[in-house]
Amino acid sequence: MIELKNVSKWYGSFQVLDDCSTHIEKGEVVVVCGPSGSGKSTLIKTINALEPIQKGEIWVNGTPVHDPKTNLPKLRSKVGMVFQHFELFPHLTVTQNLTIAQVKVLGRSQDEARKRGLKMLDRVGLMAHKDKFPGQLSGGQQQRVAIARALSMDPIVMLFDEPTSALDPEMVGEVLDVMVSLANEGMTMMCVTHEMGFARKVASRVIFMDVGGKILEDCTKDDFFGNPDARQSRTKDFLGKILQH
Amino acid sequence: MAWDWQMFCEDTLDRTVREGCFGTGGDITYLDWMLSAWGWTVSVSLLALLLALVTGVVIGTLRTLPDSKWIVRFGNGWVEIFRNIPLLVQIFLWYHVVPAVFPAMKSMSGFTLVVLALGFFTSARIAEQVRSGIQALPRGQRYAGMAVGFTTWQTYRYVLLPNAFRIIIPPLTSETMNIFKNSSVAFAVSVTELTMFAMQAQEETGRGIEVYMAVTGLYIVSAFTINRIMTFIEKRVRVPGLVAPGAAGGH
Repeated sequence: MIELKNVSKWYGSFQVLDDCSTHIEKGEVVVVCGPSGSGKSTLIKTINALEPIQKGEIWVNGTPVHDPKTNLPKLRSKVGMVFQHFELFPHLTVTQNLTIAQVKVLGRSQDEARKRGLKMLDRVGLMAHKDKFPGQLSGGQQQRVAIARALSMDPIVMLFDEPTSALDPEMVGEVLDVMVSLANEGMTMMCVTHEMGFARKVASRVIFMDVGGKILEDCTKDDFFGNPDARQSRTKDFLGKILQH
Repeated sequence: MAWDWQMFCEDTLDRTVREGCFGTGGDITYLDWMLSAWGWTVSVSLLALLLALVTGVVIGTLRTLPDSKWIVRFGNGWVEIFRNIPLLVQIFLWYHVVPAVFPAMKSMSGFTLVVLALGFFTSARIAEQVRSGIQALPRGQRYAGMAVGFTTWQTYRYVLLPNAFRIIIPPLTSETMNIFKNSSVAFAVSVTELTMFAMQAQEETGRGIEVYMAVTGLYIVSAFTINRIMTFIEKRVRVPGLVAPGAAGGH
């Protein structure tokens, strides 16, 4: 469903992605991990062209993202994205956050959008907060609303860019619960995260990136966690550090 | 020297005191004149404000467009031109130079030219505020707008501008008050606004203190009214739970 072929990206002369290739099939959950500065967030943002690439090809559901002629807003409306800092629209209520893009982008009626949005809000367990503003919610609640906002658009794939890194530890669980249930329902997902528990539970594959924007590992979850000897030394080193605690 | 407020009730032609302080049958008193001058001040200011807001928001927005080098340069050039030339010089440029270059503008009244001059001068300052307001928003807001499928225009319309506007209300308030005060330079091209009135009435009556006190009072009333209106707007659009835009995002 998603295919990246030899993707490279530079900021000026600084290379942030180095010849990255991978693919995500329908229903797969792919976890991307790696140290900071390895280009994980950049990689995931290239899939809906929030970050343009200079070399390579990216195909999403048959649409060439790298092609300048592609209608990017239309493509993005089908790709749900959840950000590290939630990025709800602060001047709109929760319900408005859920409906505005459905109405303005998908052309749904206000009623239809509201129905769909509230259904998703109910799914993430926040119906009671539908009339509040984002600033009145906790971080975990905001992130769940952000997930509901993305789901309201009926996306074909969900991208998560470190969805729990900005949260208080207490709130990480509620967000991961929503993500796990999504994965179990068969949603196609790509998640940049350091939550190895989440990866162990639901990932189909794990991608490990290292500084310089290279994909070092791209293997099944069982291989990644269960067969350390087959891993590169940099990966072992990283896993050793984050799994220790 | 005793104050003589009665001079405002004098007819401007024969200097006789009129009953009720307002002129009749086409004759006007100094009070009539001053109120009409106040009307010109308010008209110049409000029209210039309208022009400045529209142009300022457009130029300020253009300056933040991603991947549009030439549009950004145009916006930057606009701001630099209009804010690096003294306002009084700009008024004279519009009055003496621009019509010479564009003959079609020769028929424009001093009033129109002053509105253009003051409007564009202020637009540069508003554009600067709009730009900084948009750039003060977390970068993720633009991403979030794009990610839900908004076009660039929709991202500005529904996400960036409403939030930037809330940030820049305080500097925008000063700018709106400044327009009222700056409108006084219109006297230089013979628009009969308050300052013009003050200078002429002072000369005719020799009552400089009274005249300038009254005119000063009217400027203060005008600027303060604007200040109150803006404060009202600021309260109306305040978002519950939001200290500063972006704070909710943990930036």
